[in-house]
Amino acid sequence: MPAPRRERRKVAGSERVGVYTLLRFERGGLDAGIPGQFFMLELPGHVVPRPFSICLAPKGELGFLIDPVGPVTRELCELERGQEVSVFGPLGNGFRTDVDRPLLVGGGIGVAPLPYASQLMGKPPAILGFRTRHHAEAAKLVPKAEVCIEPTLVTELIPAVPMNVLACGPEPMLHAVHALVPDAQLAWEAPMACGFGACYGCVVEFESKSVRLCVEGPILNGRPPVLPVLNGSEEEKAE
Amino acid sequence: MILNASGCLDALTAPAVARKLDAYVVKTVTLEPRAGNPQPRLAETDFGMLNSIGLQNPGVERFCTEVLPRLEELGIPLWISVGGAEATEYAEVCARIGERATVHALELNLSCPNVDPAAEGAAEIVAAARAATEAPLYAKLSPLLPDVAGVAKSVLEAGATGLSLVNSLRGLALDEWTLEPRLGRGVGGYSGAALRPVALAAVFICYKATDGEVPIVGMGGVETGKHALDLIAAGASAVALGSILFRDPNAPERVRGELAEELSARGFKRPEEARGVAHRSQND
Ligand SMILES: Cc1cc2nc3c(=O)[nH]c(=O)nc-3n(C[C@H](O)[C@H](O)[C@H](O)COP(=O)(O)OP(=O)(O)OC[C@H]3O[C@@H](n4cnc5c(N)ncnc54)[C@H](O)[C@@H]3O)c2cc1C
Ligand SMILES: Cc1cc2nc3c(=O)[nH]c(=O)nc-3n(C[C@H](O)[C@H](O)[C@H](O)COP(=O)(O)O)c2cc1C
Ligand code: FES
Repeated sequence: MPAPRRERRKVAGSERVGVYTLLRFERGGLDAGIPGQFFMLELPGHVVPRPFSICLAPKGELGFLIDPVGPVTRELCELERGQEVSVFGPLGNGFRTDVDRPLLVGGGIGVAPLPYASQLMGKPPAILGFRTRHHAEAAKLVPKAEVCIEPTLVTELIPAVPMNVLACGPEPMLHAVHALVPDAQLAWEAPMACGFGACYGCVVEFESKSVRLCVEGPILNGRPPVLPVLNGSEEEKAE
Repeated sequence: MILNASGCLDALTAPAVARKLDAYVVKTVTLEPRAGNPQPRLAETDFGMLNSIGLQNPGVERFCTEVLPRLEELGIPLWISVGGAEATEYAEVCARIGERATVHALELNLSCPNVDPAAEGAAEIVAAARAATEAPLYAKLSPLLPDVAGVAKSVLEAGATGLSLVNSLRGLALDEWTLEPRLGRGVGGYSGAALRPVALAAVFICYKATDGEVPIVGMGGVETGKHALDLIAAGASAVALGSILFRDPNAPERVRGELAEELSARGFKRPEEARGVAHRSQND
């Protein structure tokens, strides 16, 4: 697994995708990591960085899909080409992608890690749920996606045959997917301050075990974590 | 001397960061395991951040069998932060950790804003801990104490070796739409830049009250070498990095370099020469 690095990266481009923004950075010396891994993006004037899933990894770039829900996400959506942000990653464990019968399941901004997963996994079937048609525009980032709009829920579309589900979305959706497919890989979320196990802010209970999502996740039932995160190898050298 | 603030670094997930410190301070250990507080546990707010981790830790038994041996393998001097609900609990944890060559000090967390405070006074807890161990004991005090100098003197009389100043303040942030608390527990610990002048005052007052004769670890909002120098000038003999580590894991090395430059720019050869200089022109 590639070691995380922290670098200042320039915005390579930004485009609206429905209510979301696809923000691309010049990749520099950073590795794109594997689907389900995340990066901490830090804006000047903010106390802690914020986690974002790697969404796309075009040649020489890193792409993130951002939902403007608060101060940092709103500022990220307004960034212009050439502006600089500190980017730290890839972090976390990521999805197991070598599965037999993959099915990607996303809800809302939970679509974010799926374009990259779809690309690396040879465009497996996908089911995406959104609140409105405007939100659903993001479905164009995932080939072969079946889309549903509320009140229809993604869990109503998951076929009864056994599938290896990779899911990302709001917590109620993840609970429903987990109930339906107990071994589903679930991209879980909690506010994070560090992304490398330092703060214990991201701890959640899963199957009566307490996990630090940034190191033992964010993918629950995903790949085993790679520890330590910052071990001092050459590639890790920060800024 | 540059340390991390307790609860702001895990040397097992980030040994590369811990190796840049003069000693690694572990997250507070209590007698029994603690699951910590419900989500959400973090929120950025004005001039700092809020946390309500709630002293999550495996308890002293598992700490000693599962965590401490792995920390010892790193070969870094260790400080163990000790917490509890009563003086007897603090004493028991200190006794269980025992005296070890790798453990250079115990820090008594007398001030976590995320758990209910111990019933006894700080001095009683320190005295109980002192009876249980011969290791150097640092009393970590809250910036919310109305008479920090008085408490500092009482814990030193009770057997503390030095002081750690300060723990986080208490803070609240509300969701922008629901206007409900953003942290699951409601109120949380407030750390970061806002704490800087508060920490500086606590160090300044306690240095003066103790005639500069006891070691003081200064912390609270340190982000640069200049912030570290300010604490040293106010009376700190060591500086600990807290919230800054979350966004800049390179902070120990960076702050050390910046501190050296700030010292030499003012004609100081070593940090010790700058200690307490803020008091030079102070008359009683
Ligand atoms: C591993 C991981 C990957 C993520 N990937 C993406 C992504 O690809 N695209 C994207 O748009 N967002 C993603 N997020 C969520 C994103 O990090 C938060 O929306 C962001 O931190 C909010 O910052 P803000 O300053 O805009 O708002 P804040 O003011 O920090 O928060 C706004 C509101 O969102 C809540 N909130 C903040 N962070 C989280 C969180 N992590 N989980 C649940 N609620 C939260 C807060 O409690 C508050 O109510 C991811 C989160 C994690 C943990
Ligand atoms: C996420 C977090 C967890 C903390 N956990 C502990 C702890 O377990 N024990 C303790 O004594 N202090 C704890 N603290 C307080 C810090 O050690 C420090 O006193 C405080 O954050 C002020 O420093 P700063 O402003 O540089 O962060 C914690 C602080 C934060 C932000
Ligand atoms: S985000 Fe800090 S421990 Fe996970």
